[in-house]
Amino acid sequence: MNFDFTDDQQAIKRTANELLAARFKPERMRELAEAGAYDDDAWKEMSELGWAGIFIDEEHGGQGLGIVELVILMEELGYALAPVPFLSNAAAGLALQFAGTDEQKERWLPGIASGEARGTVGVLRDGEARLVPDADSAEVIVLIAPDGSSTVVEASAAEVEPFEAMDRTRRFARVRADGGEPLGGDHLAAADRVATAISAETVGVAQKAMEMAVEYARDRKQFGRPIGSYQAVSHRCAQMLLEVEGSRSGAYFAGWCADAEPESLPAAASMAKAYSSDAGWRVCGSSLQVHGGIGFTWEHDLHFYLKRAKTNAMLYGSAREHRERVAELSLGQPAAVA
Amino acid sequence: MDLTLSPSEQSFRDELRAWLADNHPGEEPPGDDAAFDHRRKWQLQLYEAGYAGLSWPKEYGGRGASLVEQALFGEEMARVRAPSPANVLGLVMGGPVVMHHGTDEQKERWLKAILTGEEIWCQGFSEPESGSDLASLKTKAVKSNGEWVVTGQKVWTTFAHKAKWCMLVARTDQDVPKHQGLTYFIMDMEQDAVQVRPLYQITNQPEFNELFIEEARIPDENVVGGVGNGWGVAITTLMNERAGLGAASAAGVRIALEELKDLARERGVTDDPVIRQRIAQIAIEVELLRLNAWRGLTQIMKHGVPGPEGSLPKWQWSDVNQALTELAVDILGEDGAAWDSNWTYRLLRSRANSIEGGTTEILKNIIAERVLGLPKLR
Repeated sequence: MNFDFTDDQQAIKRTANELLAARFKPERMRELAEAGAYDDDAWKEMSELGWAGIFIDEEHGGQGLGIVELVILMEELGYALAPVPFLSNAAAGLALQFAGTDEQKERWLPGIASGEARGTVGVLRDGEARLVPDADSAEVIVLIAPDGSSTVVEASAAEVEPFEAMDRTRRFARVRADGGEPLGGDHLAAADRVATAISAETVGVAQKAMEMAVEYARDRKQFGRPIGSYQAVSHRCAQMLLEVEGSRSGAYFAGWCADAEPESLPAAASMAKAYSSDAGWRVCGSSLQVHGGIGFTWEHDLHFYLKRAKTNAMLYGSAREHRERVAELSLGQPAAVA
Repeated sequence: MDLTLSPSEQSFRDELRAWLADNHPGEEPPGDDAAFDHRRKWQLQLYEAGYAGLSWPKEYGGRGASLVEQALFGEEMARVRAPSPANVLGLVMGGPVVMHHGTDEQKERWLKAILTGEEIWCQGFSEPESGSDLASLKTKAVKSNGEWVVTGQKVWTTFAHKAKWCMLVARTDQDVPKHQGLTYFIMDMEQDAVQVRPLYQITNQPEFNELFIEEARIPDENVVGGVGNGWGVAITTLMNERAGLGAASAAGVRIALEELKDLARERGVTDDPVIRQRIAQIAIEVELLRLNAWRGLTQIMKHGVPGPEGSLPKWQWSDVNQALTELAVDILGEDGAAWDSNWTYRLLRSRANSIEGGTTEILKNIIAERVLGLPKLR
């Protein structure tokens, strides 16, 4: 029993943390976000380090590591709020790796692993996927239908309509596509890993928002003393820690289940996504409250985290949807409504 | 990261499960005295099988079990709803304090009888005017003719009416800052100068007592850890109280979750979308409590001492146990108003969860100051 990373995993975490801190200083993150742009050089560097294909089989150009390693990277990417097309590409990689046929893997995974022919995943509702990250720059799109089945389409064959999203650090589009090729394998095995990955990203986002609140509460003085000495503020910060640590335990556990105990993954993944969706928004909102007026300004960076947290909560299944899944797994399906 | 049990952990659990299957003492009989005797017999059974004082080093008659084994023990006990041993305060707090701070004579005198349950221990810390601000306590001990004379009042004293010994913190020096003037005593409860009065809770059960102490005598050799060091000694016991409890409390609330689901099925509300959302949310928080407890345990194993993060599971447990009993009583609807409903008892009892063993507000202070490094309130 050891609920902590191995030395190798710690090394990945450290490297990711340092590289991302160097590449995405706050002013650089803001510059990219305001331009709605990604850092192509940083993406190339990450891809060369093997990050894009960290969990992809070696025979398809990946590193052959696990979902725990992906979780580690996702948390650090969230912490840095790195404007790069990592999540979308990883989601496509997960879908193809865990639900694709041999031919589909052969065709798409090497480009995803090298970061040179990226993919993304959208969730279809009424025939349209309405929140698809990076669809405008992807080569391949996996669409998950309401019944859980998925199809893979070439991006050039899909109708992709970019729109301006609340989260400026990530580009989104609406996607419609006819036909496509069904994925052969276990769709849920893929979807659960995508939910795990995005939950880990939200952990990083919330961790950063909490640190910003704590730092501000130490420095900011009112009525002659730091506001963090008042319990109305310090207890708010303690609540943030509770929710960040809960989200973290949930995401790490789901990652471990994916690699070592897949029969426990469905509940673990939905629990992680449901909890982190709520916690990410609450922690960022609470951090804004600690900051007071300055936290509500465009010039302060906090709003970028707040918007990412809220958008992550909507992406790849809401808290409500994942809670219903948890209920199904423990109480069974509800009777059909007449 | 490896959340599976090692072969030796696995065999510890298998042996324990097999032993419990053969030796479970059955349901607690009704009535205070009968229930207590039942627990006392249970402790002796545990002792004889080598399961009392699990965390205690072997030299003191314990098992020297690892933290993982201790957590597994707590989980298994909760799983089969085994009663707590009668002398739980002696095992969890009194024994560890004597082992850490006691003299050889004190160890010789007290430890064995704690393990067997022959002598029951209680804890005299809180006072009517000193709850969360424990160090402000006023019970006074004055030395006279080689022994200590104690006068004051203590409250929330579990098992005082059954106890032979009381872990008592009293003020021995009025002229120094409040944390420095305290001394930790082991007081004999069997003297007329100590009066025990039951304190009825909102459940109408006398789980706790008040102690009225009027010139009670404590021999000098019953001071633990030296005169004036009572605060430091008392803190050890509180850390011990919290460290081991995370996994066990998580296991207990996991059983309560199964009971909640059974109730929802019996009452035919499992198709109600609001109830489904609420049950799922509680299931998630129960699971995250378990995971946080295990993650905390890994940190203790790596870094040696229980950290202030140990304050999270206690807080989380009280939140989720309160939410769980509230939902159960919501599901019961008007039937939840009946006094003889077990869920209603649990709803009421759970209100103490966020107060006993450190209020949620104090835990938040500890987290804010010691984990997050926020400036002190005072």
